[in-house]
Amino acid sequence: MLARLGLEPGDEEFYAEQLSGILAHIDRLQQLNTESIPPTAQVVEVTNLLREDVPRPGLTQGEALANAPAAVGGSFRVPSIQEEA
Amino acid sequence: MTEPIGMNINELQHLLRSRQLSAAELTAAHLERIGSIDSRVKAFLRLTPELASEQAAAADRALKSGEAGPLAGIPLAVKDVLCVRGVETTAGSQILRGFKPPYTGTAVSRLFEAGAVMLGMTNCDEFAMGSSTENSGYFPTHNPWALDRVPGGSSGGSAAAVAAGEAVIALGTDTGGSIRQPAALTGVVGMKPTYGRVSRYGLIAFASSLDQIGPFARCVDDAAILLALMAGRDPLDATSSDRSGREVLNGYGADVKGMRLGVPREYYAVEGIEPGVKAAIDEALKALAGAGAGIVDVSLPHTDYGLAAYYIIAPAECSSNLARFDGVRYGMSEVDALNVTDGYLRTRRRGFGTEVRRRVMLGTYALSSGYYDAYYLKAQKVRTLIKRDFDAAFQKCDAIVSATSPTVAFPIGSRTQDPLSMYLCDVLTLGGNLAGLPGISLPCGRSNGLPVGLQVLAPQWGENVALRVARTYEQASGVKAEVAPVA
Repeated sequence: MLARLGLEPGDEEFYAEQLSGILAHIDRLQQLNTESIPPTAQVVEVTNLLREDVPRPGLTQGEALANAPAAVGGSFRVPSIQEEA
Repeated sequence: MTEPIGMNINELQHLLRSRQLSAAELTAAHLERIGSIDSRVKAFLRLTPELASEQAAAADRALKSGEAGPLAGIPLAVKDVLCVRGVETTAGSQILRGFKPPYTGTAVSRLFEAGAVMLGMTNCDEFAMGSSTENSGYFPTHNPWALDRVPGGSSGGSAAAVAAGEAVIALGTDTGGSIRQPAALTGVVGMKPTYGRVSRYGLIAFASSLDQIGPFARCVDDAAILLALMAGRDPLDATSSDRSGREVLNGYGADVKGMRLGVPREYYAVEGIEPGVKAAIDEALKALAGAGAGIVDVSLPHTDYGLAAYYIIAPAECSSNLARFDGVRYGMSEVDALNVTDGYLRTRRRGFGTEVRRRVMLGTYALSSGYYDAYYLKAQKVRTLIKRDFDAAFQKCDAIVSATSPTVAFPIGSRTQDPLSMYLCDVLTLGGNLAGLPGISLPCGRSNGLPVGLQVLAPQWGENVALRVARTYEQASGVKAEVAPVA
């Protein structure tokens, strides 16, 4: 549910078996003592080299909407998220 | 006209600049080659003949006026994960079918500015997840050397296009080996730069702390030219380094006399390595020793844990990156969905293939509260240990040499039922991604008639070192990328 993948009947068993095999391999990480080891999220010394905060041309509304499956009135169209009162 | 198929950049630039060949003729020759063999190789998802003809005409004008860039007229194939303005770009996925990016990514732009001529988008595993190009949402690509075998992956279309003489150069991306492994399996040169060397702006993200864009080429010189053109700071990617891109060529052309090349014992005797691959690597080590390098034994003790750490970190990052495919702003959509959640579920059910779903599940599981420490945090700590292994090894050597893949190209369909066997294809390459290192794969002979790749890994920002070793080997051995005949 968390991944919003939309499982079909039979999918659960299919993936459960394969993922169990992969997770069994991954479990070998538990053999390592990592108590005093810091985590690495990013491996090089480069960190957030930001550009100057100068305005530059972005996409036009038309360009941004060009790939929209459904657009209405210059906006992306989505199903309603609230019941009508 | 001289038959240009199979020539490298330098040879072609000579013909183009001496007016023996025009960019239009060169483009036509490659489109003709594609027309005659790509129904069997299936390297391309879609061709861009109009763009090619425009770019070739511009290259011919520039050649005439003497203002031609270093890639003027050179036919280029682009992996379908790199956005090109107005050209359908789908990451090999049905979910992006029809998506035409409103902008062009930096790496591609830089090659266009240098005069390259884009022939088309190449096939790949969906969202670059795979090692055989069989996970493409469209069709599998075939190895030009043996059409019943895979070309490797995920950048299998780009590798096959260069190997088959359909393109002179190509772009790929490498998250766990996706440039180097297909280069090895198709007998061409492929290079993954240091993380941060090439801007990722315009790359459809898979795992953002691991992804890098890099070149495929027929020879080390061409790979070096492409890398130097793409490298360097891009204000549009906050992780792109401000080091000069030109430094990748520092000392280019020097040999390996006095260099120490490390052979990690865990890589040399990796489980499942084929005898023919091992023999080709032994020969390559002899050639490098003959060229004056010292061969030293090194150790990467956490090699056995690399795959496990990778298959937490990469799926975790992918599950987050792929959350954007919600059917609202681009791509496939179930617009008549009952509600927002129903729309997500139906769009993603139809749009994502099996391997992508598998990895998104694995990633969301590893990141979910209650499992985060046991999986994601643990994997990040093991990543530190793997990085430290390389740091220690590079105290004893200047570069690391191994096979790129434990096996040669395998038959189509032989590993698709067992995901773990597919993941093991990358056991010698993914350490380089976890540690952010540059690595190159180049042809080093054959096993059972199929290409074997030699991998050279260097310390971070040491592309010039990897290129130096690779070029020395190429010259000393005389082993060259050949054009697969595709009979």
